[in-house]
Amino acid sequence: MSNQFSDRSLVIKLIFLVIGAIFVIRLSFLQVFTDKYRIKGDDQALRNITQYPPRGLIYDRNGKLLVYNEAVYDLMVIPRMCKGMDTVYFCEMLGIDREEFDQKLNKARKYSPYAASPFMKQISKEEYARWQSKLWKFPGFYISQRTLRIYDRPIAAHVLGYVGEVNEKDIENNPYYKRGDYIGKSGLELSYEELLRGTKGKKVMQVDVHNREIGSYQNGAFDSVPIEGLNLYTTIDAELQQYAEELMANKRGCVIAIEPSTGEVLTLVSAPCYDPNLLVGRARGSNYNKLSEDIAKPLFNRAIQAQYPPGSIFKIAQAMTALQLGVISPGTGFPCDKSKIGCHNHPSASCVQEAIKMSCNPYFYYTYRRIIQQEKYKNIYKDSQYGLTVWNNYMHRFGFGERLGLDIPNVRRGNIPDTAYYNHWYGKERWAFSTIYSNSIGQGEVEVVPLQMANLACIVANRGYYYTPHLLRYYGPDSAVVDSFMVKHETGIEKQYFEIAARGMYDVVHAPGGTAHRAKIDDIAVCGKTGTAENKGIDHSVFVCFAPKDDPKIAVAVYVENSGAGGVFAAPIASLVIEKYLRREVKRVDMEKQYREMAPCQSLPLKYRPAKKSKRR
Amino acid sequence: MALEKKKYDWWTIGLYLMIVLFGWFNIYAAVYNEAHTSIFDFSVQHGKQIIWMGIAFFLALLITVVEPRVFSNTAYIIYGVVLMLLVVVLFIGQTTNGGQSWINFGSFKFQPSEFAKFGTALALSKYMSGIGIEIKDMRTKIIAFTILLIPAALVLLQHDTGSALVFASFIFPLYREGLPGTILVLGVAAILLFVLTLVMNKFILLGILLVLCLFYLFVWLNKRNSRTYWITAIFFICCAGFVMSVDFAFNNILEPHQQERIDVLLGKEVDMSGAGYNVNQAKIAIGSGGFLGKGWCDGTITKADFVPEQETDFIFCTVGEEWGFFGSTLLVVAYICLLVRLVTLAERQRSTFSRFYGYSVASILFMHIFINIGMVLGLLPVIGIPLPFFSYGGSSLLAFTILLFIFIRQDADRNSLL
Repeated sequence: MSNQFSDRSLVIKLIFLVIGAIFVIRLSFLQVFTDKYRIKGDDQALRNITQYPPRGLIYDRNGKLLVYNEAVYDLMVIPRMCKGMDTVYFCEMLGIDREEFDQKLNKARKYSPYAASPFMKQISKEEYARWQSKLWKFPGFYISQRTLRIYDRPIAAHVLGYVGEVNEKDIENNPYYKRGDYIGKSGLELSYEELLRGTKGKKVMQVDVHNREIGSYQNGAFDSVPIEGLNLYTTIDAELQQYAEELMANKRGCVIAIEPSTGEVLTLVSAPCYDPNLLVGRARGSNYNKLSEDIAKPLFNRAIQAQYPPGSIFKIAQAMTALQLGVISPGTGFPCDKSKIGCHNHPSASCVQEAIKMSCNPYFYYTYRRIIQQEKYKNIYKDSQYGLTVWNNYMHRFGFGERLGLDIPNVRRGNIPDTAYYNHWYGKERWAFSTIYSNSIGQGEVEVVPLQMANLACIVANRGYYYTPHLLRYYGPDSAVVDSFMVKHETGIEKQYFEIAARGMYDVVHAPGGTAHRAKIDDIAVCGKTGTAENKGIDHSVFVCFAPKDDPKIAVAVYVENSGAGGVFAAPIASLVIEKYLRREVKRVDMEKQYREMAPCQSLPLKYRPAKKSKRR
Repeated sequence: MALEKKKYDWWTIGLYLMIVLFGWFNIYAAVYNEAHTSIFDFSVQHGKQIIWMGIAFFLALLITVVEPRVFSNTAYIIYGVVLMLLVVVLFIGQTTNGGQSWINFGSFKFQPSEFAKFGTALALSKYMSGIGIEIKDMRTKIIAFTILLIPAALVLLQHDTGSALVFASFIFPLYREGLPGTILVLGVAAILLFVLTLVMNKFILLGILLVLCLFYLFVWLNKRNSRTYWITAIFFICCAGFVMSVDFAFNNILEPHQQERIDVLLGKEVDMSGAGYNVNQAKIAIGSGGFLGKGWCDGTITKADFVPEQETDFIFCTVGEEWGFFGSTLLVVAYICLLVRLVTLAERQRSTFSRFYGYSVASILFMHIFINIGMVLGLLPVIGIPLPFFSYGGSSLLAFTILLFIFIRQDADRNSLL
């Protein structure tokens, strides 16, 4: 029994315990004190696949499809994982060179080495099929399916807008968006982005050592199903829109048609137009640059962004205001005194209706003077200040100087000067009626957006109220509506006065001495008002109208830049639009042909269209 | 004899059963896939392991009815048979993963090296328990080392480095029997020096050694005579020789894959898709488990087969990933408890044979656990060696069970064994 060494059992036990302790400490460093390995593990074994919901479709008011989706495939990359692959073969398959490969990979790596970013966007179905079988050779790469917007008809680009990839700011503003996502950039696509886009889904897949998917992670506990975007049913009448765009070929300006009883915008054209399909797919960038650099400014939506002097159409609002204020009566007459303000040759107007028909400048000079100088104050400056404030208030009731709540972005408010405005320019009590009388005939400081002109036509058509012009009728499977579009906006002016305006506007088109005979349509009672906005170059031609007179179905505003008097250019175009809408066909073929071909502005393209029809369509 | 009540150590048996069962669950998870969910699917590893467990339990039961003296009496015969098998395997052995260590036995494969450890343990115990055998004697030392070096060399010839290393574990029972402790210390020092030579400049290392020697001589020692000078000088020359030969040994004795594995461990090589792949994936699997693990059969790395050999040598990854820090620590603690318990049992033996054998069992198990878990945790170079009772594999489970239960049988009869 050599038990002299039995103490050595303690040494041996101690060695065992120390090794055990080392293991536990090492384990704690690997498992508890760092999540480096957890991240690495999830990185290589899990793949987050974003499932894009189909974006909502857009229809016109008659159920015609305007915008739909088509599947495209993006080649995605997780930079950290692409190692040990045959780069030469990869580049060959993609048809890129090594330099481009490195550049793309570096860009992706700069965004995030861990997260997926698009390597090559929108590869075709054929390419997709080719890639699918080879993909396992390239760790870190996979294909993600998404949809592309296709515009069924090449119309209404300014209304529909376009979608584009999110930029850094979008990502910053809304964490919903990740790099490579698409977002509405303008038009309805932007306004109703949240309805249209739906909700992205997520699928977490387990991948094995060969980069193949081997099943869902934890039976899909972290997955979410994508929720489809909602369909939009717009107020646009596709046929009318297309017709109006054709009429506006070779011209600069806009056409707006509204259903007065609802405020639904039937047509909204800004010329020059472009095919919305230009801003789809890989070619979007270059096409966008081309459009934005064009001096005709096709991207500029004149219907809502241009602020023009309204010209004579503004006189209707002046007459209505004066009547409501009681400063004139329906039978008030003023002499056509050209010493005050220039006018064309016509007999003096003996009543409001005649004044509108003849568009007598001096008549409205006097009318405006009575509004501005109501003789409430002795001091002429104070009196003008008071009058201007009252007037400003009335103009706002007509929607002038207000941002009308049209449901596409960048609607401008125009300018209705107030006392502060003139005080700023001339100094307090340094201005009076004599300084600002040009406003009476829609010149001077007044600026109006074409949409507001169409709205004015609606107000007269409705005899005193309007609904906010809007482009969305209803949306989604429940046909939901936007409440604010159902609100009636009253001008607070009596209906009988508008009746006078309507009669005057009827005379403009139908009575001898009216300024817009070319707008006449057989057996449709068109009421209209011409305008000729003075301009540095050739005058702008303006026309607002509605029809039929006693049961208005459509109100139209047409603005054609640099084309001369309102009756010559804008009125016939407006009447063609009315005829097209009310009859669904135009009988005045010659006139139609004539105005389609007229080109007041030289060297404008007929329409911006894609160079070639896209292969995918 | 039959009337005497046998006192089996149920602590040891309990720990053994716990580890085996836990092992089976992890083998199931490691090879788990949706196509083979049935527990009793004998075409896959976890099904086969059930058969092996049945055989192992049967053998354990068989050993308890065998007279314990049988083992000490047949120790040399068993040793001889094992040596024969080790020679045979060199000629008819099948090569698996670079190691030529398998004998085909019908449809089952059989690995003699697993049994060599237990044969050697028996033979060495038998020799050391001989009358008048003292480890102090040079003759005893030579014979004892010969007994363990012959099988070690044969195993090394099969390119089974791991199993060969296990024979070094006999240093513990020999130490317990009186082998000078300096051998343990020198062994550790030699390993340390080896590693340091690989990671740093040889001449700087020698410089440091020289400074240490001079410090020992002129500062540490109060009295100096010619003998201390000579000893220090010889020590330094030996060290220098060792250091200078490390490179040679590293480049010429070690095989390329072994060199790579050591380089990986020392952080010299960072090729994560090549030599470093296993260790890196093992670390990811374990580290991703976190504190409580991902849950049984829910390990993403395990399921995706990122870690090769996961049901055998890298089985600990499954524990780490699916049971987390909690489960891994529990397993480590279970192993250490088993080892400490075995040492305690060995110490209470009355016969030298039983005691030496007990220490051998504890040491062999320890060496396996140390190398296997150390490798999986990235603390040691990759050396293929199973985790006792835990890894998939019939030979290793049977061999370890026999090894352990012979000792449990001895322990139960310790009062009648002298």
